[in-house]
Amino acid sequence: MRYAMAVDTKKCVGCSDCVVACQTENNVPIGFCRDWVVEVTDGTYPQLEVEIRSERCNHCENSPCVRCCPTGASHYAEGGVVLVTPHKCIGCGACIASCPYDARYPHPDGHVDKCTFCLHNRVEKGLDPACVSVCPTKCMYFGDLDDPNSPVSKVLKTRKFKTLIPEAGTNPQLYFLI
Amino acid sequence: MVTSRRQFIKIGALGAGSLALAGSSFNLAKGSSILDKISGAGTGEPLRTPTYCEICFWQCAGWVYKDEDGKIQKIVGNDDDQHCNGRFCPRGTGGVGQYNDEDRLKTPLIRTREGDKESFREASWDEALDYIAGKMRAIAQKHGPECVALFTHGSGGAHFGQMMKAFGSASIAAPSFAQCRGPREVGFLTTFGDIIYSPERIDIRDTRCMVLIGSHLGENMHNGQVQEMSDAIDKGATIITVDPRFSTAAGKSKYWLPIKPATDLALLLSWIHVIIENEWYDKDYVERYTVGFEQLKEHVKTFTPEWAYGITTIDPNVIRETAREMHNAAPSVIVNPGRHVTWYGDDTQRLRAVAILTALLGSWGRRGGYYKPEKLHLPNYPVPPFPEPKRNPTQAYEGKYTLANEVVANGLCDATIPTVDRSCNYKAWIVNGTNLLAAFPNQANTLKAIDALELLVVVDTMPVEITGYADVVLPECTYLERYDMLRNSNHRQPNLALRMPAAEPKYNTKPASWIAQELARKLGLSAWFPWKNIEEMLDWQLKEMGSSLEEMKRIGVKNFPREADDLYFSPGEEVVFNTTSGKIELYSSDMESAGFEPLPVYTAHEEPPEGYYRLNYGRAPMHTFSRTANNPNLTDLMDENVLWVNPKVARLWGLETGQYIKLKNQDEKISTFAIKVRVTERIRWDSVYMVHGFGHNNKKLSRAHGRGINDTEMITRVHIDPVMGGTGMRGNFVTFITDFEKEGKEAEA
Ligand code: SF4
Ligand code: SF4
Ligand code: SF4
Repeated sequence: MRYAMAVDTKKCVGCSDCVVACQTENNVPIGFCRDWVVEVTDGTYPQLEVEIRSERCNHCENSPCVRCCPTGASHYAEGGVVLVTPHKCIGCGACIASCPYDARYPHPDGHVDKCTFCLHNRVEKGLDPACVSVCPTKCMYFGDLDDPNSPVSKVLKTRKFKTLIPEAGTNPQLYFLI
Repeated sequence: MVTSRRQFIKIGALGAGSLALAGSSFNLAKGSSILDKISGAGTGEPLRTPTYCEICFWQCAGWVYKDEDGKIQKIVGNDDDQHCNGRFCPRGTGGVGQYNDEDRLKTPLIRTREGDKESFREASWDEALDYIAGKMRAIAQKHGPECVALFTHGSGGAHFGQMMKAFGSASIAAPSFAQCRGPREVGFLTTFGDIIYSPERIDIRDTRCMVLIGSHLGENMHNGQVQEMSDAIDKGATIITVDPRFSTAAGKSKYWLPIKPATDLALLLSWIHVIIENEWYDKDYVERYTVGFEQLKEHVKTFTPEWAYGITTIDPNVIRETAREMHNAAPSVIVNPGRHVTWYGDDTQRLRAVAILTALLGSWGRRGGYYKPEKLHLPNYPVPPFPEPKRNPTQAYEGKYTLANEVVANGLCDATIPTVDRSCNYKAWIVNGTNLLAAFPNQANTLKAIDALELLVVVDTMPVEITGYADVVLPECTYLERYDMLRNSNHRQPNLALRMPAAEPKYNTKPASWIAQELARKLGLSAWFPWKNIEEMLDWQLKEMGSSLEEMKRIGVKNFPREADDLYFSPGEEVVFNTTSGKIELYSSDMESAGFEPLPVYTAHEEPPEGYYRLNYGRAPMHTFSRTANNPNLTDLMDENVLWVNPKVARLWGLETGQYIKLKNQDEKISTFAIKVRVTERIRWDSVYMVHGFGHNNKKLSRAHGRGINDTEMITRVHIDPVMGGTGMRGNFVTFITDFEKEGKEAEA
C-alpha cells in the first residue's frame, strides 16, 4: 500500500476551497493551514503562462522530518503516510526546519501539525481526503499506487507529471499533472 | 431627520451594552429547542441538517454538520444538488465563518439625536418594529404606501416583498439587475424572447468550445459553471478568453485575446462578419428560426478583422481562427453571456451581439449550447389579493429604460432625490442583504438619496456601511440559523431545496421570515401572513408538491422529472419564440420600436487621459461582493485587495510590489484607504485591476476595516445604459498617489 495524490495544474483554478475544507474538516486553527495554493507566472505580456498548484505535505518516502524527529512523534503510518503523534511531539521544531516544502506549522496547542492525507478521519472510512472531495474542478486524484485501478494510478499512467524539488531526494508522493 | 443631514454612525461606537446581549438566544420553536428537532439528535448519527448556501446567489444546497459538542463544524455540498453536485465553493465551505463572526449585528438599534450628536441605542425587537411600523404608517398617510421602497439581495427578499405588497408598494428592487446581469437578460430577451436565468442555462458540461468575454470563471466562483468548465477542459473543449488581463481562465485557454479595454463590441461584430462572410453560420437554423439575416449581413459588411484590429488590437488572423473554432464546434459552442455585464453604458447592445452570434452558430436550444431550463410550479400559500399599488415602480423613471424587464434599482434611488419635476419621491427604504453603498456606483448620489429619506431601515447580518446611515438596524440571523422559502430554481431538472436552521440564532438576531411577519402584524397586515410560522407554510407548499417538510429535512434536495423532454430542440422542430415576430430576431423590432439601434453598433468609448489608467475590477474565488470581507475563514485566505499594475507602468511610477499607494480618479476623488501594489505581467499597461468588495470603512468590521480600496468609491462616473438603466462602471480612470499620510491597517504595519 502506497498512498499518493496527484493535482492537475491544468484544471486547478487556485480557488483555495481545498484550504478551507481542510481547515473545517481537520479543525485547523484560523491563521494556519495544512494545504495552500501557489501560483507561478512566466513570460511577458501577452506571452504568458500561469501554473497553479494546490500544495501540501508530500508524504515523502524518504522524509527528512521523520529522520530528524528526536522523539519519534513524526513517523510513517499505513500506506507511507507521514504523521505526527501530537502527545509525543515536544514542539522542538526540528522537523519544520528540515522540511524542504515548508509543509509543517507549529499548532497553538504546542505540537507540530501538517497534512495527514486525512488518513484516520476519512481515508480509513473509505472517503476521499476532504480537499479532494470538495475541489470544484475535481483536479485532485487520491489513492493507492499499488492498486493499478486507483484514481491516482490511472491518471499518472496517462498524464505527464512532476514532483517538487526532486533533487532533495525525498521521493515525494504528491504529483503535479502538467 | 428631514432637515439635518444624517450622520454616519459607526456601530463600533456603541457602549459596552452591546455585549450584554451577546449569548442571549431566542427559541424559534416555542417551548422546545430547535436542536431537539434536528434529525439525528440523540441517535448517535452525526448531526446533519440541510441548507442552501447564502454566501452568493448560486444557492448551492448542502449539509451542515456539527461536532459532538453541537458546534457547527463544516458545511458540505449535497450530492443530489444540480447547483453544486456535492461540492461547495470556498465561500460556501467557509460559510461557517459568517455564523462565527463576532462582529455580527447583535441586537436592534435605533438612531437617536441629542443636540447635534447622533448615535444608536439598543432596542428590543418589539420597540424597533413598533418604531418602524409607526413611521411607515405616517408615510403611508402623508404620501401613500407606494413611497416605501425595498432593496433586497438574497433570501430575505421573498419575506419582505410579501410585506411590501400587502402594504401597497410594488417598488421592490434588487441590484442584481441594473448593477449586474440586466443587459444580458434584455439582450437575449429582445433576440430570443427569453432570458438566461440563474443559474445560467448554458450547457458547459457538453460544450466543445466556450468563449469568455471579460468573464473570469474560476476567479468568479459560479460553482456549477466552474465545475462544468473543468469537465469540458477534460473532454478537450476549446476555451477562448477575451480579457485585457491574463485571468485564471485565460491561463486555461487555448486562445487568449488580450483585448484593448472597452472594445469588445468591435470584436463581436467582426466575428459575426467573418462567420457570415465564410458562410460558417448554421444555414438551416438561421432560415428556420430567425428574422433579419439580410439586414444583419448588410450591417456587418465592413466590420472586417482588419477593421477590428485597429480598434481592439487583436490580430486579424486570430479573429478569423477563433471564429473558425466556434464554427467547427457549432452547435456545441457557448459565447458566454457573462453575469456582471454593466460596463460601458452600451452593454445591452454588446449582449445583443453575443445573442446574434449565438443564433448564427445555432447553439440556442442545442446540446453543448443553451438548454431550456425548467422549474416547478410551486403554489403560494393562499392569501387575499394584494392591494393595487397606486404607482408602479417604473413610474419612478417614466419614459426611460423602457426595455428593462425588472425594476431598475438605481432608478428608485434617483427617484428618492427630490426634484421639482418629479411627482414620485420615495420617503422610506427598507434595505435587506445589500450594502447599497458598495453596490451602487456614485456614492455621493446614493448618499443624497439617503439624506432625503424619512425612514431608512437596514436588515443585515453585518455592520456594513449602509447600516451607519440607518434609522433602525435590524440584525438578521445568518442562513445557518433560519428557515427561508424553498429554493425553486430553473435547471436541467426542476428541483426544490430546503434551508432549515442548524443552530439557534446567536445573539438577539431573528430570521427575515419572522421579522417580516411580525412587522406585517404591527401594520395590521396579518391577513397576508396567515401561517402560524414558516414551517407550517413550507409544509403546506411541500405537501402540494407531494413531499413534506419532514421528508425534505431528511433529503435536503428533491429533483422532479421534467414536464416534457425538451431540454434541447429536436432536429427540424418547429419552435415559436416569445418575440414580436415569433422568431429569433437578429434584427430587433423591440429595440427599433423603443428607439434604439435594431442592430448593434460599435461606438468608441473614452480613453484614459495621460497618466491615468482604466479601473477594472473583478472577483476573487474566496469572496462574494463586499459581504464576506470580514468572514474569519475567508479573510484567512485573502484579507485585502491588491492593485494589479503592469511592470512598464510600475517602472514609470517607481512602484514596487508590496508598496501601499492611494488612487485618485478623473473627478479628483481620492481613495479613503491605500492599496498594496502587485506588479504583474498579467495586466495590460492601459488599465489597473482590483478585486471588488474591500476597503470597508466601518471600524466595527475588525478584519475588513481599512483593508484595501473600495472600487465603488472610485466609480464616480456612471454610464447609464438607456435601454434598461444599467449602471456602466468601467469608464473610470485612476492615477497613483504615493505620498500620503498613512492610516488604517497599513499604518499599524
Ligand atoms: S479546491 Fe481544487 S481548484 Fe481550488 S485551489 Fe484547491 S485544488 Fe485548486
Ligand atoms: S489530505 Fe486532508 S489533511 Fe491533507 S491537505 Fe487535504 S484535507 Fe488537509
Ligand atoms: S457558489 Fe459558493 S458561495 Fe455561492 S452558493 Fe454555491 S457554495 Fe455558496
